[in-house]
Amino acid sequence: MASETQVVNHKPEAGVSPSDTMVINIGPQHPATHGVLRVRLELDGERVVRAEPVIGYLHTGFEKSAETMTYQQCNTLTDRLDYLAPMTNNLAYVLAVEKLMGIEVPKRAQYIRVMFAELTRIASHLVWLGTHLMDMGAMSPFFYMLREREVILDLIEAASGVRMNPSYFRVGGIAYDLPEGFMNKLGDFLKDFPRWMKMYRNLFEDNPLISERLKGINVLSQEGCLAHSVTGPMLRGSGLALDLRRSAPYSSYEEFEFEVPTRSEGDSFARLWVRVDEMYQSAKILEQCLDKITPQGVYMTSDGKVALPPRDQIYGDMEALIHQFKLVTAGFPVPAGEVYQGVEGPRGEMGFYLVCDGGPRPYRWRARTPSFYNLQTLPVMCEDGLVADVIVAIGSVDIVLGDVDK
Amino acid sequence: MILQIAILVVKILLLVGILLGGFAYLSLVERRLLGFFQLRLGPNRVGPEGLLQPIADAIKMMLKEDLMPLGADPWVFRMAPVIAGFAALSVDAVIPFGAPIHLFGQTITLDIANPDIGLLIAFALSSLGVYGLVLGGWASQNKYSLLGGIRATAQIISYELAMGLSVMGVLLMAHTANLEGIVLAQRAHGWFWLPQILPFLIYTTTAIAETNRTPFDLPEAESELVAGYHTEYSGMRFALFYVAEYINVITQCGLIVTLFFGGWLGPSFLPPIIWYFIKVGIGVFVFIWIRATLPRFRYDKLMSFGWKVLLPAAFVYFLGTAAFVSGVL
Repeated sequence: MASETQVVNHKPEAGVSPSDTMVINIGPQHPATHGVLRVRLELDGERVVRAEPVIGYLHTGFEKSAETMTYQQCNTLTDRLDYLAPMTNNLAYVLAVEKLMGIEVPKRAQYIRVMFAELTRIASHLVWLGTHLMDMGAMSPFFYMLREREVILDLIEAASGVRMNPSYFRVGGIAYDLPEGFMNKLGDFLKDFPRWMKMYRNLFEDNPLISERLKGINVLSQEGCLAHSVTGPMLRGSGLALDLRRSAPYSSYEEFEFEVPTRSEGDSFARLWVRVDEMYQSAKILEQCLDKITPQGVYMTSDGKVALPPRDQIYGDMEALIHQFKLVTAGFPVPAGEVYQGVEGPRGEMGFYLVCDGGPRPYRWRARTPSFYNLQTLPVMCEDGLVADVIVAIGSVDIVLGDVDK
Repeated sequence: MILQIAILVVKILLLVGILLGGFAYLSLVERRLLGFFQLRLGPNRVGPEGLLQPIADAIKMMLKEDLMPLGADPWVFRMAPVIAGFAALSVDAVIPFGAPIHLFGQTITLDIANPDIGLLIAFALSSLGVYGLVLGGWASQNKYSLLGGIRATAQIISYELAMGLSVMGVLLMAHTANLEGIVLAQRAHGWFWLPQILPFLIYTTTAIAETNRTPFDLPEAESELVAGYHTEYSGMRFALFYVAEYINVITQCGLIVTLFFGGWLGPSFLPPIIWYFIKVGIGVFVFIWIRATLPRFRYDKLMSFGWKVLLPAAFVYFLGTAAFVSGVL
């Protein structure tokens, strides 16, 4: 039988004057902070007087590590920033390098990039929707949404070989061509998509418990959003239809037809619907990808300075072998200069700012990660709310701690 | 006299055995059912179909280190799970789980006690259970637990009145507060759930709140308060809170069955006691189903829901029933 032991716990210190408010830490180890976020809450009863996010528990030093890696190797770091949307991170990074080098990417590769960017958007929003509902106490939806996300991950795995950190995009194109029958699989996925979205909407659409928890909760004004550099669905939930895919098109987004869903309320409910509507728009873009992407074709630039030589040449051709060896071991030089490229990730503007000194490694590698900026609004959203609303607010920011702490 | 005491002791042991066994297997059934609702398997490794899982859990719980925070109030901290467990177990003493049987020339009623105010006693005892939560949360010297305890208090004052009012109609129709009498009255007048449909729904809602389960699991609220009132508990004390929760589910389903679905009554091809447990089982299934489906209330919304919706509705229906029973209508 176990015996009773006593553990030293935070005993109230003598001499500390009692105040009306209570300070409580949500996190860094807490079931609803989606990682290692810590929120320092000052409570009056259950009313929040002050909420202050404390970050840095997942600091990985990616920006510094990148300075010791070749441009191609840095790509793998981008996967691990926002691990729920690796493809859009890849995209922002390779676009930045390509911009500085002036590389023209073949159209087909651009469409394939768009396709995977939209697939990850749906996958990321699915995980967000599931965890958001779970934070509100509905346990089951999370499992359903992970099931559907798995279908998308299977597609990503079919193309890139891995589920989570694909590093599929390369400077100049994509790593490998699409496998045989990929577009059919995508077609099947798109056929199922409306059916299971209908199923999920049944779970929360007319549910009074959900709308009571979300409507008018954690309101953010458009001005507040802009003052905090908020982007993505949070900004669009506050009424400003700013979407980089539309306002600063990249990777041939201008050739696709889609709408930018917006809502004017600025509350958690608006953000929920912006994201749900976005999933439909992503599916619409994917439908167009079905027509645009030919099963066979070029997927990498012909520029020999960045593209690896074809496999069959390496075994017979001395030059190609040397080329391959140099590209893999030493990397390719990028002309000196500075560049910024942002893309519309699932959470907002995902951008990379690179300072290059002409060598094969970046001099400065800076990631503009959306969660970091979006999380700043937490104190504004939580003020005067209840503890339960703090959890909803964290969920509705849709943070990924890898994205916040870098 | 000796025989009667012996029969009573046997009945008590039997009931406690049924309840504790029911708790053990209910925890397994719940996890398996949640597994099915959530596209996973649930525990199926220990024994065939996971049937030995509760035993493994019990062994684990007993061998766990029993921790107590240094700042905790030792007596209250130790008492809280006992109060919760006691309150949960004792309510069942007054709920009849079968028709009287004849054995050894004696008529044995299938309940521990059969007081005339059985319903009141059941309510009083089940209300005691919340003290376990409040005191446990308070004594733990943990802020999450404290918030859990406060929420438990806020919750109980918002639903208990509606709960009490919703069964008044049943009392009026049965002309008795004796639970066996209520069952027998349903043999004469038909089951009460249909004429008392609104009170039945109100009672079911408040019963979920009484058992602290989703959507009313505010004192526990895993995603908000980690585990709320029992954050600091470990080992058997923690298990006792679980025992209390699951037995409360069985008890509340038993009360719902007794008050609205004719208790042990049913077609004669099965013995009454089997009918009773079938009905309770269906009730428990619905509880688990609700848990798998619904999100959690916010506690201020629960309070306004209790005071502004449930209470007036129960009161109006009670007045209507009173008018009907007394012949005014």
